Parts: sequence; C-alpha cells; structure tokens
Amino acid sequence: MTTFAELLLNGVSLGSIYALIALGFVVIFRATEVVNFAHASLLLAGGYFTAVLHDTIGFWPALLAGIAGAALVGAAVEFLVMRRYRGSDHSVLAIVTIGVDILLATELTRRIGTDILSLGDPWGDAVVTLGPVSIAETRIAAFLAAALLITAFLLAFRHTSWGVAMRAAAENQETAALMGIRLGRVSIGAWAVAGGLAAVAALFLTVFPTPGLERSTSLAAMKAFPAAILGGLDSTTGALVGGLLVGVTESLATGYQGDLTFLGRGIGDLAPYLVMVAVLLIRPAGLFGTKELARV
Amino acid sequence: MSDLLARPVAARPSHPARAALTRPRTWVWAVAGLVLAAFPFYLDRFWLQAGLFAMAAAIGAIGINLLTGATGQLSMGHAFFLAVGAYGYCLFAGDGKDGLAGLGLPGWLAAVAAVALAGLAGGVFSPIAGRLRGAYLGIATLALIFIGQHVLFNAHDLTGGFNGRAVPPLSLFGITFDDSELLVAQIPFGSAEKLWYLGLVLLLAGALFARGVLRGRPGRAMNAIRDHRIAAGVMGIPVARYRAAVFVLSSMYAGLAGVLLALVFQRTVPEYFGMMLSLEYLAMIVIGGLGSVAGAVVGGVFVSLLPQLLNRYSDVLPLVSAPGTGGIAPGEAARYLYGAAVVAVVLFLPGGLVRPATRKPKRTAQPSHSSGEER
Repeated sequence: MTTFAELLLNGVSLGSIYALIALGFVVIFRATEVVNFAHASLLLAGGYFTAVLHDTIGFWPALLAGIAGAALVGAAVEFLVMRRYRGSDHSVLAIVTIGVDILLATELTRRIGTDILSLGDPWGDAVVTLGPVSIAETRIAAFLAAALLITAFLLAFRHTSWGVAMRAAAENQETAALMGIRLGRVSIGAWAVAGGLAAVAALFLTVFPTPGLERSTSLAAMKAFPAAILGGLDSTTGALVGGLLVGVTESLATGYQGDLTFLGRGIGDLAPYLVMVAVLLIRPAGLFGTKELARV
Repeated sequence: MSDLLARPVAARPSHPARAALTRPRTWVWAVAGLVLAAFPFYLDRFWLQAGLFAMAAAIGAIGINLLTGATGQLSMGHAFFLAVGAYGYCLFAGDGKDGLAGLGLPGWLAAVAAVALAGLAGGVFSPIAGRLRGAYLGIATLALIFIGQHVLFNAHDLTGGFNGRAVPPLSLFGITFDDSELLVAQIPFGSAEKLWYLGLVLLLAGALFARGVLRGRPGRAMNAIRDHRIAAGVMGIPVARYRAAVFVLSSMYAGLAGVLLALVFQRTVPEYFGMMLSLEYLAMIVIGGLGSVAGAVVGGVFVSLLPQLLNRYSDVLPLVSAPGTGGIAPGEAARYLYGAAVVAVVLFLPGGLVRPATRKPKRTAQPSHSSGEER
C-alpha cells in the first residue's frame, strides 16, 4: 500500500510535468492549428541553455535564461519558418515542424553528445517523509511549479486580453482578424509560451531521480504527445487530464514492472503509448476533444 | 477511294508499340534502364550498396507517399513496418539453427510472407488508421515506433534482442543472393551485384503498381479524401475504408523495403528502426514531391545517398569531419542538410524536386513577388 501511494504521488508529479508540456503543445495547436512535432526539441533547447549557464550565473538566473531561450527559439521558428508558408494545408505545416525538429534535435544532440548534463537545481536528492510515504523533494517542487504555472496560464487565458485574443483566434481566425486581433502576434505568442513552459518542464524532467539532461531526454518529452492527444488536441483540460493519466500510468507500470516481467523490460516507457492507443480506439477525438462536426 | 481513306490511317502509327517507339520518353527510359543494368559490371561494392539502400528507401518512400502524399494521412510509424518486413523475413526464412525462432521457409516464400505480415500489422492498426485524420494519425502512429522498439529489444526469441539476427540469404531460380561468387562476363558477382538486379525489378514493379493505383479510381478517391474529406464522403467514397486500405498498402511497401534492406545489411539490428528512420522517410517524400511516385523515388535516393556520399568524401569536404573527431560527423551533416531541405522545399517549392514548375495560381499572378521570396 505504501508503495502504491508513493508511486501514485510520483505519478501525479510526473504527470503534472507532462501536462505542462502538453499544454504548450495544445496552445500552439489552438492558436495556429499546427501540430508541432518540434516540441520535444524546444524542451531540449530550454534544458540545454539552463545546463550550460548554471555554473556561471547561478541556478535561478540560468533557469530564467533557459525559459527565455526556449521561448526565443519557439518564436524564431514561428517567425522564420511557419509565417513564411503561404499555403493553407496544416498537415504540410506539421511536416515542416518535423524538418525543424530534425535540425534542432541534430544540433542539440551533437552539442550534448554522450554527456549527462546537470541543471544545478537546489533540491538535489533530498527526500521528504510523510508518515510511511517518502517522496523526493524534486517531485514536490515539480508538482507545485506545474500547478502554479498551469493555474496562472489558465487565468491569463481566461481573463487577460492576450488570452481573449488567443481564444478568439482559436475559435475563428478570419473573424478574429476582422475584429482587429493580430494573428501574427497571437501565433508568435503561442510559440513563445509553449517554449517557456517546455523549458520549465525540461528542468523537472532532468532532476533527481533521473540522472540529468542527455540525448534521450527528448524521448521522455515525447510522452507529452500521447498526453495531448488522448486528452483531445484542442482542449486545455484534456492536456491536464491526459498528462496526469500518462504520468500515473507510467509511474505505476515502472513501479510494478517486477510483476509485469512477461511484458519485457522498460514497459513503463511504453505504457503512455498503450494508454493512448486504447483511448483512441474508443474515442477517436480524445477524452475532451471536440468531436468534429461539419456543416456542408 | 478506299486508297485515299486508308492513307491517313497508315500515316498514324497503327500499333501502340510502334507509337511508343516514336516517343522520346521511351528511349530515355530504355537508356536509363540499360545504364542501371550495366552498373554492377563497373561500380565497386560501396556504390552498389549505396544504390541498393537508395532502392529500398525508394520502395518504402513510395509506400508512405501513397499514404501521406496522396491521401493526406501523416504516419510516423513507417519504421515499424520496415522492421516487421525485415524481421518477418528472418523469422520465416530462418532455419532455427542460431537458437532463434525460424520457420525455414524457402527464401522467396518468406519474402512474400514478410510483406503480407507487414500488411497484416497495418491492418491491425486500421481501426485507428481509418478514423484519425492527418496529423492526429501522425501522433497516434508514434506509438508504433515505441511498441516496435520495445518488442525488438525484448522478444529475444524472435528478434535476437539487442544484437539483432543474421539474415538468411534469398535464393530464387537457383541463384543464391549471397557472397558465393558467380562469374558473369569475367566479373565476380557477390551479393551486392546480384541483389542489384533484384532491387531494380522490385523497385520497378512497386513503382508501376503505385502509379496504377494513383492514376486509377483509387488514386482519385485518395486525392479527394486528402483535398476535401467531406465532399469525398458525399460523393460516395468510403473514407474510413479507404484510409485503412491505404494504410495497409503503405505498410506492405514498407515491409518490402524492409526485406530488401535486410538482405543488403545481412543483419537486422533494432536500433536502426527507430524514430529517426520514420522522420527520414517523411523527409524523403517532402523533398521529392508529395503524392507522386517519381517524387518518392527522387526523395528516397536523395536522402539515402546523402549520408553515404558525405561519409565517403568527408576528408575533402569543408566543415565535415570523420566520425569521432569532434567536428560535424557526416551523418549529422546529412541530417542538417535534409532537415533544411524539408523546410526549404515546403516553403519555396511546394511541388518538391520533381515538380519545380508547379505554382499555385496566386503565385503566378504575382511573379515578381514570388521570385523575390525565393532568395
């Protein structure tokens, strides 16, 4: 029972990080209808900036620099590539993001090489004990940070003029443009926000108990894709629920993999994708996604 | 009178074969075919192997172009079906002597069965492939890559785990496609030389079949689904069934490419069939041209030859250095190049390399605008 509680807590914490990544992904999708396959690379970029800078300028400034850096990379991708596309086919734009992903991922993995970079976080491997349950401080920090950011984001989404512009653009681009909303700004803002959120997620994906930032961190980040799609690509609630679902499943599958040996080693890494396939079989639009209705 | 009537008829070439002979295209194809057939007599093993990789890539790219280019369904799972083909062949053709499962079928039957197995795997995924559209399917098929990698590393009896398994050579019409040397016109024919012809035949057959599919009724239906799904449905095209069927067909092409790759490599290893491979295939069709067979072949050749060329000439090229010396390795340089090529082609040459002249009507109306943008 204690193990179960620990795994559940860890899963929720991990899931909140996935939710953070998926949220950025969904924001880009809602603002621009582009499925961003370069998202994992944005995350890797944010983590890399933090990892490189923390020795010289300290952890917190480095984290801010990482967030700013990833936001800049996201904005640059939007400004230099996405905006230049003149066609209207959004699945072609998804392929463009794959090209961008190949470029970013190649550059970053080349720089990281076979190293494992530490991000210099202040928590280390400290553990908090609550009754019989013990949980790493990093996991608590991850959950709190994610919860804080997600709340702030949702409030901003609902109440600021930026959020209103974003939602209007998601609802109907043409009408929004006619109402004076600058779609270019909305979409560059979405990319920047997504980059920033990914950079925070990069920090918490690489702290204890994971060894640090390495090439394969982008594989961990990719689990936010199933999180986003099983929640429903166009739903922020879906991103949160999907993230938690993926995190808890992964944590439980990893924790109990001793009992699941017949499925092979490393089943925890696979679990998110299996959940996604199962959900899509029953609900092709995801749990909270709007079913597509079209008037002809 | 009858003489007069007969004359114009006689002036036109009466026989379709004779008509074909007067077209320059036929001659281009014939010469290209002869040149390709002559390569094994003149090129060394490196070039033949590079060419074989290009042929396998072209076959796989034709498959994904049917799905992504012609039907508008994105797939990140192509590497998985390549793996099914490659490992399926080993499984069916293996004799079980190396301690791994093997059914000991004759090589040609094993190859056919492996392609069928890839199709079956695609069919199992069809409830999802039929219902999701475009980029949604792209994310869903990510699952296939990870499931594939998991199975390849863990199902040790079938796949040999991390070390992979040796590929039994194919024999066809009494010729064994292995390194036992066969002298043809004083040239020793090893596996690469023999497989070269097999690859050419398979590529030609695959290309012709795909062209038939694209030009016929199914091709029209696929393009209609891509361009306007609802209109296609209203016209009576069973959208979900078509999507599922194209997915199966595309996985069979991938399976065939996998079999050929396995025969060329002579050993299948799980690492090769990862995420990067799927991205490479998407890059191929975008660079070559979405939705056409020629585009797939051009893109396949481009993306698969690029790293090999850079590798071969790494010491004379600037900025590229041999692997492990700290600079940009040839593999990485190739990835930069085709990553950038994907972006550039979509932005500036929407038709891909094979259709550089295709422009949207809007663009031809403002020629100065578009030419300024291409700089």
